[in-house]
Amino acid sequence: MFNFKHEWIETNVGLLLVLVMLAISIGGLVEIAPLFLIKNTVEKVDGVRPYTPLELRGRDIYQREGCYLCHSQMIRPFRDEALRYGHYSLAAESEYDHPFQWGSKRTGPDLARVGKKYSNEWQVAHLTSPRSMVPESVMPNFPWLEKNELNISDIKERMEALRKVGVPYSLTKSEYQANVKQFGAATAEMLSIPDARKNLIAQAESGNYDGDPSRITEMDALVAYLQVLGTMVDFSKYDDDAFVKYR
Amino acid sequence: MSQEKLQSHTVQTTGHAWDGDLQEYNNPIPDWWLYAFYISVLAAVAYWFTYPAWPIGNGFTTGFDQITYVNDKGVTKTTHWNTRALLMHETNEAVAAQKPYFDKVAAMPFEQIAKNPELNSFVLSAGKQLFSDNCAACHQQGGGGKMDFAPNLTDDDWLYGGHYANIQQTITDGRHGYMPPFAEVLTDAQMTQLADYVLSLSHNAVNPESAKAGDVLFHSETAACYYCHGVDAKGRQAHGSANLTDSIWLWADVPDAKTIPLKEAAVKNVIRTGLNKGVMPSWKDRLSAEQIKLLTVYVHELGGGK
Repeated sequence: MFNFKHEWIETNVGLLLVLVMLAISIGGLVEIAPLFLIKNTVEKVDGVRPYTPLELRGRDIYQREGCYLCHSQMIRPFRDEALRYGHYSLAAESEYDHPFQWGSKRTGPDLARVGKKYSNEWQVAHLTSPRSMVPESVMPNFPWLEKNELNISDIKERMEALRKVGVPYSLTKSEYQANVKQFGAATAEMLSIPDARKNLIAQAESGNYDGDPSRITEMDALVAYLQVLGTMVDFSKYDDDAFVKYR
Repeated sequence: MSQEKLQSHTVQTTGHAWDGDLQEYNNPIPDWWLYAFYISVLAAVAYWFTYPAWPIGNGFTTGFDQITYVNDKGVTKTTHWNTRALLMHETNEAVAAQKPYFDKVAAMPFEQIAKNPELNSFVLSAGKQLFSDNCAACHQQGGGGKMDFAPNLTDDDWLYGGHYANIQQTITDGRHGYMPPFAEVLTDAQMTQLADYVLSLSHNAVNPESAKAGDVLFHSETAACYYCHGVDAKGRQAHGSANLTDSIWLWADVPDAKTIPLKEAAVKNVIRTGLNKGVMPSWKDRLSAEQIKLLTVYVHELGGGK
């Protein structure tokens, strides 16, 4: 009769190593792998697109300054959150986020739908000196955003890196054509890597997010990013219960 | 640990000795803990069958539990239990409780809402919540506004009109303040004269000669201020141009400037650089028509509605 003893594993490092790896692999396969394959939990909605080059740089600054440490970007399907922040977040809305910014800590409010909620002026004044706008705020001041010139020298490399993980920024003509088909011509233009620098400058100049048209600052990029958050999906086109079946 | 102490200890060891003298105490988990663990394992299995749990191929197991909700079209639906349906289910009750009030607000003309005591208290409580979530960031808690940023909503001065319909339009479509810069049109001396004229309208003790010259400039084709601010300088609400004859200031901090030269400088700064700000976002995509109507009544009641 085969008599199993736990002592065999505990006294044999090689066997322990193999069995630990086996246990972790099974856990990973069961818990993680399905998330890459399962399609029925990602909502089919119109409007979600990758960030434009300027918004992308804004997102980089959002991460650099650690905004995610205090702000989540995930509105949960609870009544109080719906009343305060708006429609609950969809999986599809962070389809092109690498990494996603859902967060797990709210010292400040959720920002998943902060886009277009406040004017650019408010965002600039508030980022520079939050207590000038909201007296009870505990957010730090970020006065350098308005002063720092935006570094756009590596914008193409940043987009190419995201392209490698599946964001449809286009390098070739055929990829561009595919984007025209998926997102429309105007958006496809913004997703073209060869034109990234030109597009970034054009958007910063026409948008004038920081109120100073003479230069492109980190404030321009961050405000452009904040103003697009949660605005891509037009929820008036969908029934209230259109997204129930995905959960 | 000394040998004596080890021997005097009542806990047994596992019986195995490593490296000759290395032993391990045998302290098993308490029975109650172990059984609680087994029960929680069983509970997990029950959970898998009750709620959405396991991914399978392209889908997932939805579980046996069901939930019923009414969608926005009034259709009752039953589906597998999930948090999004639960939200609808929980919201149904609150929406149903508020619906009679919202329906009345939607159907009733503005003037009557304020006169109806029951509706008015609904507007004040729900409006306060909506205002705090959406408006207070710029107009501040209580609607007092902010110098050089957002107008005071509690006074009697309205850039775009203080009637219900004006306020409703402002909230629905948003606003964008604009005044052209005069730095290249007027000399510094002319801007001083204009500032003195404008300040004289609200009874500041400026040089009367200079104010008089400013009066002429104001109504001349050179500065052409009257185009937007009106011949009487009382502003035109169709343009959102400010009433310059009262003591209420938004973009030039005249009240805080203690001396006449400082007041002049504040006004001149606006004339020189103009304004391309005072942006109020449009709320029609974020708030429902009923919510906007309710907010309209709330803002109107803050103090100075016409």
